[in-house]
Amino acid sequence: MSFEFAARLLDRRLDVQFGVPDGETVALLGENGAGKSTVLAIAAGHLVPDTGQVSLDGRVLLRVGGANRVDVPPHDREIALLSQDPLLFPHLSVRDNVAFGPRSRGRSRRTALTEADRWLAEVDAAEFAARKPSALSGGEAQRVAVARAMAADPRLLLLDEPMAAVDVSVAPVLRQALRRVLSGRTAVLVTHDPLDALLLADRVVVLDHGQVVEEGPTREVLARPRSAFAADLAGLNLLSGTWSGAHLRLADGTTVTGLVTGPGPEAGGQAVATFRPGSVAVYRDAPAGSPRNSFTTRITALDPLGDLIRVRSKHLSAHITTQAAADLDLVPGMQVSFSVKATEVSVYRL
Amino acid sequence: MTRQRAAAIPRWIYLPAALGATFVLLPLIAIFTKVDWPHFAALISSDSSRAALVLSLKTSGASTVLCVLLGVPMATVLARTSFAGQSLLRSLVLLPLVLPPVVGGLALLYTFGRNGLLGHTLAVLDIRVAFSTIAVIMAQTFVALPFLVLSLEGALRTGGQRYEIVAASLGAKPTTVFRRITLPLVMPGLLAGAVLSFARALGEFGATITFAGSLQGVTRTLPLEIYLQREGDPDAAVALALVLVVVAVIIIAIARPERAGR
Repeated sequence: MSFEFAARLLDRRLDVQFGVPDGETVALLGENGAGKSTVLAIAAGHLVPDTGQVSLDGRVLLRVGGANRVDVPPHDREIALLSQDPLLFPHLSVRDNVAFGPRSRGRSRRTALTEADRWLAEVDAAEFAARKPSALSGGEAQRVAVARAMAADPRLLLLDEPMAAVDVSVAPVLRQALRRVLSGRTAVLVTHDPLDALLLADRVVVLDHGQVVEEGPTREVLARPRSAFAADLAGLNLLSGTWSGAHLRLADGTTVTGLVTGPGPEAGGQAVATFRPGSVAVYRDAPAGSPRNSFTTRITALDPLGDLIRVRSKHLSAHITTQAAADLDLVPGMQVSFSVKATEVSVYRL
Repeated sequence: MTRQRAAAIPRWIYLPAALGATFVLLPLIAIFTKVDWPHFAALISSDSSRAALVLSLKTSGASTVLCVLLGVPMATVLARTSFAGQSLLRSLVLLPLVLPPVVGGLALLYTFGRNGLLGHTLAVLDIRVAFSTIAVIMAQTFVALPFLVLSLEGALRTGGQRYEIVAASLGAKPTTVFRRITLPLVMPGLLAGAVLSFARALGEFGATITFAGSLQGVTRTLPLEIYLQREGDPDAAVALALVLVVVAVIIIAIARPERAGR
């Protein structure tokens, strides 16, 4: 583990432990108030817990609640913070913003600017170098903020819902930029969007009411959440396979048709299809001659979900009305067909 | 900025408001009408007038620099830290705003004067402060400092600390953050505060005459000169008064309150 975190904060009922292996990105998932931002604030050094220990690459950054108290100030932790708002320094040009980190670590002005240009190119923002932050759109500014954080060459990058304040239409571009810079980096990504976790994180840690309720490899947790909370949070059907050029071919040979979102996968490359359980219809027999995707599967469980019933099979789940479930006379063990329109399915490159 | 229709105010309120505005503006107009325009240039360029004007500009400039050097750290400590007795300290630091300047001058005299609190120490060091140009600068700084502290502290609080937090996470030490982020971001507030301090220093009378006296070319600043000329040469007094009015108008144009720290 390159980053190890353990902290208890009594007045916020927080008791969290987790680790990030070297070069991996861990997504902290959870609802508002679950304690995600508190964890980041403790890691970055803006909040001191009652007890806890935080270390990064073998160096203890924080140790409180026992002997040998350690509390390394934020600027000396080598942890860069990327928040919802880009927070580019308004009085500096984009280039000087990105060069700020290297300059602060004692690089010469020329070296710092060279590094700034390299990172701006990395996030496709080289053309903005001479501009003032006020001349950028939200998505552009956030990309520059990514470059600025990376240019500081942190040992750990903390991302606090980096997509939250960005327009939906530009989110894919930003997500791609993050994917590029995060590969091989040790990072913690706070999000409540399972899609961000899926595309950006190797592992997820699910927080609920200040506790870790589940953790594991991203796809495992999202596809087969063990805790009810993670299931509600993720709630996505997730199918991975290879992209044939027109549709996704699963391991069992089934093909899935959907809308490609973001940059398209290469033929023969890995891709995932996601769709919401609410968009799945359940039939006793596969509807003939339908352009829909259909999956013949066996029901493993039926759970009430408010006014709905969650019909679960091994890999998929569907939310249908109680009335529909009664009409179909569904019981666990029954073979049924799950059907979903191609327009409800999003396909992402992995 | 969006324009919103303000809630209606009673019609009668315009009358006292206009009365108040007239009360402030009419005396300024009166000064204009009293100026002996044909001799205006000669009046403001007489030896004593020139000496007073030059002394005023020099001392006000020096005290503005002092206000910045002392006030920026004061405002930063007040805005960015919290400690026991902080609000009491803030009230005391801002006291010169409401204190009669004469009282301020007396207080300075009993601190730095020959028989003052530090008088003996200063005498041993062979430093004589009272009734010197230094005393003028000290008196002006004493009354002008709160303007800078108040204006800058407001700017620091409005700005928040989000940029500073980001800067620290990028590895910048506190001094670097202060120099490269905090100060540039509050520069408008700092400039407004400095201009107000300069204006206050320029108009300073009571504390100066009490602590520094009225020696031509040494401690007799423009307001003191105007007060003296008022008896012997009213035309010169009026002409110099107009100079101060013009300077004040320029200063208000530069640092309107609604522009400070926003």
